[in-house]
Amino acid sequence: MNLTLRIWRQTGPDDPGRMVSYQVPDVSPDMSFLEMLDVLNDRLTLDGEAPVAFDHDCREGICGACGMVINGVAHGPERATTACQLHMRHFRDGQTIDIEPWRAKAFPVIKDLVVDRSAFDRIVAAGGYITAPTGAAPEAHAQLVRKSDADAAFESAACIGCGACVAACPNGSAMLFTAAKVSHLSLLPQGQPERSTRVVGMIDAHDAEGFGGCTNIGECTAVCPKGIPLTSIGRLNRDYLKATRDRDGAPAT
Amino acid sequence: MHWTTNERSPSVWRVTALSTRSPIRSSIGLKIVMAVTGILLVLFLLAHMLGNLKIFVGPASFDHYAHWLRTIGSPVLPDTWYLWIQRAVLGIALVAHIWSATVLARRARAARPVRYAHRPKVQGSYAARTMRWGGVIIALFVVYHLLDLTTGDLNPVGDPRRPYANVAADFAPERWYVTLLYTVAIVTLGFHLRHGLFSAFRSLGQQTPRGEARARALALGFSVALCAGYLLVPFAVIAGLVR
Repeated sequence: MNLTLRIWRQTGPDDPGRMVSYQVPDVSPDMSFLEMLDVLNDRLTLDGEAPVAFDHDCREGICGACGMVINGVAHGPERATTACQLHMRHFRDGQTIDIEPWRAKAFPVIKDLVVDRSAFDRIVAAGGYITAPTGAAPEAHAQLVRKSDADAAFESAACIGCGACVAACPNGSAMLFTAAKVSHLSLLPQGQPERSTRVVGMIDAHDAEGFGGCTNIGECTAVCPKGIPLTSIGRLNRDYLKATRDRDGAPAT
Repeated sequence: MHWTTNERSPSVWRVTALSTRSPIRSSIGLKIVMAVTGILLVLFLLAHMLGNLKIFVGPASFDHYAHWLRTIGSPVLPDTWYLWIQRAVLGIALVAHIWSATVLARRARAARPVRYAHRPKVQGSYAARTMRWGGVIIALFVVYHLLDLTTGDLNPVGDPRRPYANVAADFAPERWYVTLLYTVAIVTLGFHLRHGLFSAFRSLGQQTPRGEARARALALGFSVALCAGYLLVPFAVIAGLVR
């Protein structure tokens, strides 16, 4: 396959950046998208040019490090697939492919396709944890969890924090990420003590980072490589409503 | 989570305790304001649509209905008091609805300072992507509609005691452009409600997949029925069923 790539090049946070075209000949349809970029980078390095910087780590779709907007779609055209698990057979010979970084105020570009996603870390730090006793692992059956709750919590826990939901959202909102992180804990008995402070703190952090609000369009869930459902945002909203009604910490009646 | 080569201060620096910000100003709080005020306005739209259908009963009945609206609550309340209370509540709801939409739209714009070079159409419905401009069109129409059929300034008859005559003159066949404008506004409203109603349920905590299917079906059915109810009147005037 011969491809034309138009890639966002930006030397650093202060560079305005631009789209640059590259020809990539002899692409195997069995390559992953990142391997195709590796081939381009090998050539750029040999030619003495700066290789295209992009984030990647496990390359098996479970770490959440990779992520780029491919032809306007976060993680590219395949559903429930990260960019590293996307293969070149899904593209046509001679196609022009536009590659851009996640675009959000809260995700400033560090270089080329690499963005700083530490805003997500700060949202999690604002409440995405439980107070667990340390020491030997507790007996697994000591605390019973309904199967349906365990399944829904696991569905949310599958979030790898890649940021595709923000990249796809017309409002630049991180509500799907926040909803996944909130509902993954609030559905389980272990998550109950901090349930109110968690949701209020995480939404405060979400807004403080400069993400937009949710308008229930569903772009996020369409590109989510882990298929986090849009309904989890409803669960987040419900938790927030409940938490803000008793946020002054009055004891239970 | 993410390791970056960024050499600024550690990525986790603000472990937020509860902020002192009012929860209404959060992005979820604003959505809840939109949902509650939107539902209030929808209930008014439903009552208004059903009231309009009185026109098919006859001129006397329609005019009597319009007069009765001014006497609700009597003798406990003086004449037209109830009407003014309702207008005030709806006005506040409308202002709150537009205010929260504006704040959210401005935040959304600020959240993406650099646009995508390649951006296909949003995969969501047409209704979802036209919420903001659709809302502006509806707001402009409401202003025209009040000047037309409430104050009568833009109406060819404009007699507050004869609403039936006002409506019949308004949608007369030679004033086809009024009907066209009305139809465009009502269809825009239908699209607005199709996404807006579902979105309101979601903002208020709708959280199951089956409930989502139901909420979407209800929003679509309600919007179609509301549009049909409103459009019946002008097209009946054009067809000569109301004269």
